[in-house]
This record gives sequence, C-alpha cells and structure tokens, in this order.
Amino acid sequence: MKRRDFLKACMICGAATTLGVSKKAWGAGSFEGYPEGMGVLVDLTRCVGCRSCEAACNKEQKLPEPDAPFNDQSVFEEKRRPTEKAYTVVNRYETKKEDGAAGGPVYRKIQCNHCNEPACLTSCFVNAYTKTKEGAVIYNPKICVGCRNCMIACPFNVPGYSYSSAFNPVVKKCIFCYDTRLKNGRPPACVEICPQEVLTFGHRKDLLKIGHERIRETPDRYVDHIYGEREVGGTSWLYLSGAPFEQVGFDTTMGNEPIISNVKEFLGTVPMVLAIWPALFTGFHLLANRKQEHGEQGHDHAKKEDGKQ
Amino acid sequence: MYAVRNWLIGGVLMMALIAAPAAGRAGNTPDSINLDSLGQLYENVKFNHQKHITLVKDCAECHHHTTGTLVQDKNCVRCHKNSGATAVVACRGCHAAQTFTAAALREKNRNDYHMDKLSLKGAYHQGCMGCHSKSGGPTGCQDCHALKKTGEAFYNAGENAPKHAGNTGKHGGH
Repeated sequence: MKRRDFLKACMICGAATTLGVSKKAWGAGSFEGYPEGMGVLVDLTRCVGCRSCEAACNKEQKLPEPDAPFNDQSVFEEKRRPTEKAYTVVNRYETKKEDGAAGGPVYRKIQCNHCNEPACLTSCFVNAYTKTKEGAVIYNPKICVGCRNCMIACPFNVPGYSYSSAFNPVVKKCIFCYDTRLKNGRPPACVEICPQEVLTFGHRKDLLKIGHERIRETPDRYVDHIYGEREVGGTSWLYLSGAPFEQVGFDTTMGNEPIISNVKEFLGTVPMVLAIWPALFTGFHLLANRKQEHGEQGHDHAKKEDGKQ
Repeated sequence: MYAVRNWLIGGVLMMALIAAPAAGRAGNTPDSINLDSLGQLYENVKFNHQKHITLVKDCAECHHHTTGTLVQDKNCVRCHKNSGATAVVACRGCHAAQTFTAAALREKNRNDYHMDKLSLKGAYHQGCMGCHSKSGGPTGCQDCHALKKTGEAFYNAGENAPKHAGNTGKHGGH
C-alpha cells in the first residue's frame, strides 16, 4: 500500500510539474521582435542586378576573393545561395505575367533574414547564436563546434559552412554588419552602397509602415504582401515584390509560426521525462520485485485492492 | 531642336508673367552639372542638363512640383495642388545625401507623408534609370560611371579581376 501511494504521489507530482513547465513554455506566445529592432526593407521592383551589395559585403566582412568580378553578370545564369565566401548573393528570376507573357527579369538579394525567433538559434546546442536587441542574429565562431544543425534548421537555407577549413570548420553567415556597423547605429554595407535604394534601413516597425504605404500608393506595382512581416514569426529583413513571391524564389508554404513552435511541445516533454521517469520506473521495478518476493499472496492482495476500487 | 528651344523659352516667358519667382530661377538653370558624390569609386558624372531639358521638355518629369508646375500625380495633388516653386529646385534641396544614419533616423518624423523619401543617390538612380529604361537611354553602370582604380579594386574588376577564374572582368556590367 505504501508503495502504491508513493507511486500515485509521484504521478500527481510529475503531472503538476509538467503542466507548470509547459504552461510557462507555451505561454510565451509569439515574440514580435525587440521594440527598437532594426531591419531592411528590400524592394525587388527597384533592383537592377548591379551586384554592388555583394562587393560591399565582401570588403566589409573581409571575405576571400570572389570567383568572378563583382560586375560580371554571367553569374546570373545559375541560382546561387550564400556561402562561406559570400554572405549575400543576388539571383535573377524570369517572371511571367498573369496572361503568360514574360514579365521581365527580377533580381533578388539573398542574405540572412534575421528572424525574430531564429531557428538557427533554437537548434544550436552550444548556444553560439544571439539575437541582439538591434535585431541582428549573430554567432560566436569560437563557440561553434561545426555541427551544422543550424544549416538544417534554417527555413531560408542561409548559413554557409567553411568546408575549406580542414581543422576548424564553422558556420558562416550574414551578421547584419553587427560588429562594424549596426551596433554603432550605422546601416549595413550593402544598404549603404545600393545605388537604386532597393534596400531601406530603419526600425522594423517603420519599415512595415513604409512597405504598406508603398503598396497602398502604387498598388499596380506590388503584390499586396510584405514577405517577412509574419513568415516564420517575422523577420528583420522584409521583401516587397512586383511578381508573385513564389516566382522569385520565395518559399510561400512556410506559414507564420516560428520554427520553434514545431518543437516546443516536444521539448516541453523533456523535463517531464527527466523528472518522472526515474521515479516511475523505480516504482515499477520495486513493484515487480515485490510480486516476486511475495509470490501468489502478493498477487491476491493486489486483486483484492482492485476489487475494492 | 531650335524650334523646341524657342518653344521652351516662350513657355518660360509665359510662366514669368504668371509666376515671377519661377522665371527668376529659370535664368539660373545650369547647362551642365558635375555629379561627384560617388567620387570614392567612380569618375565624376557630367550630367548634361541642357540636353535633358530639350529631350524631356517637362521639368516636372524630374523635379516633381518644385518648379511650380501643375502637379499630375494623384498622390502629390493631395497636398501640392497649389504649392509654388521651392527655394531650391536642385535634387539635393529635398533628397539628403545620408538618410540611414542614426541621426537621420532619430530625426525622422513618423507621421510625415515623406517618411519614405529617397536619398540623393536613390533619387538620381531611380529617376535616371526609370526614364532611361523606358526611353532607350543608357542603363549600364559604366555607361555613366567609369571606374577609378579604387573602384576596380572594390569590384574585383579590371586589373583586380580574380586571376584563377580566367575571367577578364569585362567592364560591360550593368
């Protein structure tokens, strides 16, 4: 009887603990980003594909020499993604209008979107990532163990990897020029160089206003959507486009829930497992042993108990 | 060509009768403007203002409402229906060189309609490129901007082109 009571108490205690923990974890709700968080509004209708942003990024971040000059347009023949040598790349997309006619080329700059609730940060088990109050998602390469979990977790396929390093390969990605510019209130290098002002730097909440105002003012020019306003919980970098987003390389199937929501529930069970399982299985073990010790008598005793209930 | 010019002068004289301040500035209209704000990487751009006046005719195409002409754009009409010529007609009169500095962002009035105003560089490029791509004017980067040595280094072009790639670093870029 005493053991049974102990077990029951364990169960009740465990359940209470679990509920308590999960309430806290799930109650966090969606994080809208830091109030003073900065961002960049990328207006694809303005981009002419000059690749100046790529050159500026290369110089600012002291990245290695590129494979081709930054004014070489032949790179647009294939779709590129950010790598250890280039934290931002511009791709060209051929678009189609609703009637099937060619809509002309659209250029799209790709870099880290600096999510409000970054999946890379969530997935990193050594805590190398930080979301700063300025909005940048930065990482500490000294802590990074090169496991590449963040590369799998990132919904935008952004982090690159220093495959060229034989002994200490780490993840490499755009840091919003945090160290050299953002933390001092300056815009990132790509924004400053952009001739067409495709990139507008400012407080994220202002950029959303500006974006919606551009759509309202010139509705024929834009698709009525700001990509990144809500996608995967919102991102610091936001996009406006004249062509449907799926035509210019955006994943429009991701939904608005942050990636962490997919694992929050599961992670909520981890403390439960840690807290309850040892007691539970110790209980089972003791119970099983008791049966062995007492033989048939113990079994009958248990039967009687059941009958009473 | 001359006929157009005569017509233009006639127009200006007509305007002088209606709005004296506008005519006063028309006399100061520069023939050529030396644009040097990207001097770090590029040679200066000599903008032939006179040629553009002849080709475009309508000052408001580039100068919006600042020359005191009748505003057409329905977004501008709301406020600038009756606003006259501004003190500075040049682009820099409204479009600041730096719009993303911490100081500029601090001073930004969030209730201002013109919160989303382009910087000088953005205004130049969007103005020029927007019109050039429609009218067949030059649109390649280096059609207007010849790279300096520093510019070649910045773009890894010309003498600074990557050696191993076997690419000549053609200057024809956008």
